[in-house]
Amino acid sequence: MQPIKTIRSTTVVMPSTNIDTDQIIPGRFLTTTTKEGLGEQLFADWRYDASGAIRPDFILNQPAAKGCRILVAGRNVGCGSSREHAPWALLDYGFLAVVSTEIADIFRNNSLKNGLLPVIVDEATHAWLLANPGAEVTIDLESTTLTLPDGRSVRFPIASFPRYCLLNGVDELGFLLAKDPAIRAYEARHAQ
Amino acid sequence: MTTPMTMFEKVWAAHEVVPETADTPAVIFVDLHLTHEVTSPQAFSVLRERGLRLRRPDLTLATMDHATPTRTEQVFGGAPITIDSAAKQIRQLEKNCADFGVELLGMQHRDRGIVHIIGPELGVTQPGKTIVCGDSHTSTHGAFGALAFGIGTTEVGHVMATQCLLQNKARTFGVEVEGLLQPGVTPKDLILAIIGKVGVSGGTGHVFEYRGAAVRAMSMEQRMTVCNMSIEAGARAGMIAPDDTTYAYLEGRARVPKGAAWQEALQRWRQLPTDAGAVFDRSVTIDAAALEPMITYGTNPGMVVPISSRIPDHRGDPVFDAAMRYMGLNPGEPIQDAPINVVFVGSCTNGRISDLRAAAAVLRGHKVAPGVHMLVVPGSQDVKRAAEAEGLDVVFREAGADWRESGCSMCLGMNGDTVAKGQYSVSTSNRNFEGRQGVGARTLLASPETAAASAIRGRVTDPRELMNG
Repeated sequence: MQPIKTIRSTTVVMPSTNIDTDQIIPGRFLTTTTKEGLGEQLFADWRYDASGAIRPDFILNQPAAKGCRILVAGRNVGCGSSREHAPWALLDYGFLAVVSTEIADIFRNNSLKNGLLPVIVDEATHAWLLANPGAEVTIDLESTTLTLPDGRSVRFPIASFPRYCLLNGVDELGFLLAKDPAIRAYEARHAQ
Repeated sequence: MTTPMTMFEKVWAAHEVVPETADTPAVIFVDLHLTHEVTSPQAFSVLRERGLRLRRPDLTLATMDHATPTRTEQVFGGAPITIDSAAKQIRQLEKNCADFGVELLGMQHRDRGIVHIIGPELGVTQPGKTIVCGDSHTSTHGAFGALAFGIGTTEVGHVMATQCLLQNKARTFGVEVEGLLQPGVTPKDLILAIIGKVGVSGGTGHVFEYRGAAVRAMSMEQRMTVCNMSIEAGARAGMIAPDDTTYAYLEGRARVPKGAAWQEALQRWRQLPTDAGAVFDRSVTIDAAALEPMITYGTNPGMVVPISSRIPDHRGDPVFDAAMRYMGLNPGEPIQDAPINVVFVGSCTNGRISDLRAAAAVLRGHKVAPGVHMLVVPGSQDVKRAAEAEGLDVVFREAGADWRESGCSMCLGMNGDTVAKGQYSVSTSNRNFEGRQGVGARTLLASPETAAASAIRGRVTDPRELMNG
């Protein structure tokens, strides 16, 4: 996993509330055994019509969306299915952060474990971002701030452990594996 | 005097390998890891890449359900699986389980079924356990007083390698259900009403505990239906305190302790319920007696109304407007009488034997309306055998419904059992998201009784009109 320090990018705005993981990547694409290449199917049923042709009115199909690394979504993004294919698809497409007022628990966890930064902001900041698609925003993980183009900065919450892992590109499995003595002791206490 | 604790806090405390600190989450031991073909392959790949073994095969159980066919000739007759990638995923699970020593209830195994149906059936789901699976409906197992929640594939890998998870402690949310459900009103209607009240993100960061007279009066299968949909209100887990109903369900099941060990387990389980005086971080109260059958009209499970009422009018709210466009329904219209094309009875929400009995009781002596396709998919092979022993398959077939082998099937359409674009489906499953049952499919979530009644009339129907003569 690549360390994350600062993400500076224009935003793509998808204002709908409750964007569920079935929209982020529909179920029929989950019969894969790898993580790669899912960006192609990101928001498949919003991006493409039934014949597979691009829907030009969908935000990701518009020229301004090209190269954007920050997705600003309506409240409660990532609800529904636990499929980790959702953050895999967003990352494979090129997103590095998802910003909302509320991010569903499992999606938020899955995102943190893959280097997709979930950023929760207050209503006023969110409203500004929704109203100004394409704004250039800076997200700094060291200071846990999101900075708007006019220089206004807001703090976002992130637990210290995933923050440390993301800043250093460390995955959490190594940390867990190092707990082996404690796990053994627990198992010994609970052996029938 | 010790501080009164909620059931969640007791189960959490009993599984702390390393407690939470200001800098690190808790390390929590997992008593049961259920796994299936869709969310496990990339986790097994991590074990291979790192040269790790699967730490506790004895606490791991695999089955196949999400992408599996439901046609008998494909499950048992050697006919090829329609979707190549699904066939490959199934073969990959077989190889992974063989390589890492995991017990697999495979395609033709008599105990195969939807992962959340077979855990309780076999008795591996037990009070006080921590249970995880790469599936958000793992909350189902909370009906037994287990702490059960869905995880992503990275965490599936963590559990495979260490039998533990890194977790921050959730907050608690008491859901008090007062009074008793009226005849014709089911636990599915109750949970839909709860989601409607709490909202689809109302439970975020919390673990529900369902309490009160209506919950105590429910069978285990009914409690599972309620806990199953906790995630649809944003809660990762939902729990119900174990009681004599729980113990009666479990006693004698294949993988439940026997003899002295059973007595010992009962002693432990009886300590689990929330102590008097324990405080929940949040709570809500629902009057079960005031409920009627519920049905969704929109594109998330919180967009739900009593079946006798009209679709609400929130024009101007972009989510509501988008849902109306997608569903092809109009604000202010009665939801009853909306025409339908498909009826699906099954899923981890309503695919158990009592659900099939309820649907069959409504359907008996009737026909599925012309032009309506009704698909009945038992939640497991065990449910299928039980239904056939009672002749329920005959009721469904004679009515004109399609009777299949077990699996997730049309709940998410991964295996090719889908609803066509623009068609309306009354479904006993758990999600009415855009495209969930097929590209462009329009899903109305309801109980098995409502689904069966709607199949007969070919339009959304209050099942009470067809019950008891």
